[in-house]
Amino acid sequence: MSECTCGGNHGLDLLIPLIGVITDIRTETPDVKTFRVVGRDGKKLFEHMPGQCAMVSVPGVGEAMFSITSSPTNKEFQEFSIKRCGSLTDYLHGMSVGEEITVRGPYGNAFPVETALKGQNLLFIAGGIGLAPLRSVINYVLDNRENYGTVEILYGSRSADDLVQLEEIQQVWCKTEGVDVYLTIDREQEGWDGHVGFVPSYLKELEFSTDKTVLVCGPPIMIKFVLAALMEMGFQKTQVYTTLELRMKCGIGKCGRCNIGSKYVCKDGPVFRCDEIDELPPEY
Amino acid sequence: MYKIEKSHLSELLAAIAAKEDLFVPQKTGSQTNYGLWTQETQADLSTLKTVKSGKDCFFPQSEVLYRCRKEEGKLVIDPEELKNQPFVVFGMRACDVQGLKVLDNVFLKDPVDSFYAARREHGTVVALACHQPEETCFCKVFGIDAANPAADVAAWIVGEELYWKPLTQKGENLTELVRELLVETEEEAVEKEKQEIHAVIERLPYSHLDLSRFTPERTMELFDSPLWEEMYQPCLACGTCTFVCPTCQCYDIKDFHTGEGVERYRCWDSCMYSDFTMMAHGNMRTSQMQRFRQRFMHKLVYYPANNEGMFSCVGCGRCVSKCPASLNIVKVIKKLGGEAQ
Repeated sequence: MSECTCGGNHGLDLLIPLIGVITDIRTETPDVKTFRVVGRDGKKLFEHMPGQCAMVSVPGVGEAMFSITSSPTNKEFQEFSIKRCGSLTDYLHGMSVGEEITVRGPYGNAFPVETALKGQNLLFIAGGIGLAPLRSVINYVLDNRENYGTVEILYGSRSADDLVQLEEIQQVWCKTEGVDVYLTIDREQEGWDGHVGFVPSYLKELEFSTDKTVLVCGPPIMIKFVLAALMEMGFQKTQVYTTLELRMKCGIGKCGRCNIGSKYVCKDGPVFRCDEIDELPPEY
Repeated sequence: MYKIEKSHLSELLAAIAAKEDLFVPQKTGSQTNYGLWTQETQADLSTLKTVKSGKDCFFPQSEVLYRCRKEEGKLVIDPEELKNQPFVVFGMRACDVQGLKVLDNVFLKDPVDSFYAARREHGTVVALACHQPEETCFCKVFGIDAANPAADVAAWIVGEELYWKPLTQKGENLTELVRELLVETEEEAVEKEKQEIHAVIERLPYSHLDLSRFTPERTMELFDSPLWEEMYQPCLACGTCTFVCPTCQCYDIKDFHTGEGVERYRCWDSCMYSDFTMMAHGNMRTSQMQRFRQRFMHKLVYYPANNEGMFSCVGCGRCVSKCPASLNIVKVIKKLGGEAQ
């Protein structure tokens, strides 16, 4: 057996991971950190499309699927925004720059940035850590600005301290021409002079016109009420994309645990158009 | 077609084992399962159904994918070598051979599972016709012919002879290996045996189950059926049905701490277990009814939807005889299929 020092998986099997080096860790919120990862050669591990995911692992601790939050237009590295909520994520949050993890992917489909979304006005709606997969699309769209219409971003979280990627939102997105950003937090907070209220109700207040394609990601309960609000506002389900999340082990549609009906979220998703979800059993 | 006297069977097995690893059904205590053949092995070819199907010769109950350790703070990954030596599985039945085809549709579809593919490539299957199909058998329902196993070599035990017919190139190669032990013969005795087997199968209680209602178009109707709530009640969530099933493919990936590093291995898992879909933030299947429904919907509706109508059940009947609560896929087919109990 040859020893792997190159970090490659020898093309042996998709279940054998690559070795990634953590080159930067940003503390976003009290329980979210963004990890920047490259290969041992200092280069990006692989190419991906916005919305795709990867299996991140610490051998001996666990392996789990995370959305890739950096845009494919970034040629230097991949980033994962990870919320501390289980044993693996807890361990990851204790890691330091320079330490190694394993990564395999990319997995899943992607938001149709080169097909259905092209030329469209886009409305992004995110809640909490749900910004992670959408950030990849937003930055992809901003880097290919000429291919898309208006860009509006509605983002909310529990408190001002729980807004992920706030620096980028304020320094880049808010300052980009043709991009409107609407932030909200669930409850009043000292020092916050922005909007207060849940994402779905703020969405209704904003009275967006329906000439848009909508991309939604956030906690299931938020998605549920956002969808209801969008329908109320006159949007069609065919105009709305979201991502689903279920337990995964393999990432390639074989281990059998992330299916909804005959679809596997890891392989046929995670991105679904809302009318497609309607055709699946309600088991998510 | 060839034949060999049954009394010379151990010579045949020894000749195969001299060249390749040979797996045969063998009895340990009261259970018959596949194991590596050695000089001391008494092959048990009279037990119709091994407890576990032969699937673990190709998709082992547990297998290491790679080993991982740290050297001076750096990770070192040693992938497990793929199977690269030929081997023979002797004595599988037609249903279990079809079970491999069900697994092929999962593991050999892009992206290919290299570990499984290597075993399939290097494994030759000699399958035995079922001399006496049992009451729990219903392979006929899935278009499987227990009298004509579709393996690399089909074999029949008739009277004091074992008949041998290669059906694939791998089967021809294996035949070549043991050619001097075999004598050429007419098919007459085998044809008669096939007719007798077919006659038995016609009379089996489950041979005429109606699967016509299980179509992908009926996914929602079947999913929403109130009958699940009634049917799942006795289920103990023990997972026995999934472990004896020749088509269950679900697996887990876990770590074993060796003291010097970590072995990342995969092992069979069961959709019947509550932690199967458990995530850090919750579980989307919170009741045993949902898990029970998932298993049968997968076998009868979801899998066929993805595989041109092929069912993920081969009618081996193991779940019928092994479920401690007397639940099984036959009951589900009858009840949901609209047949009176």
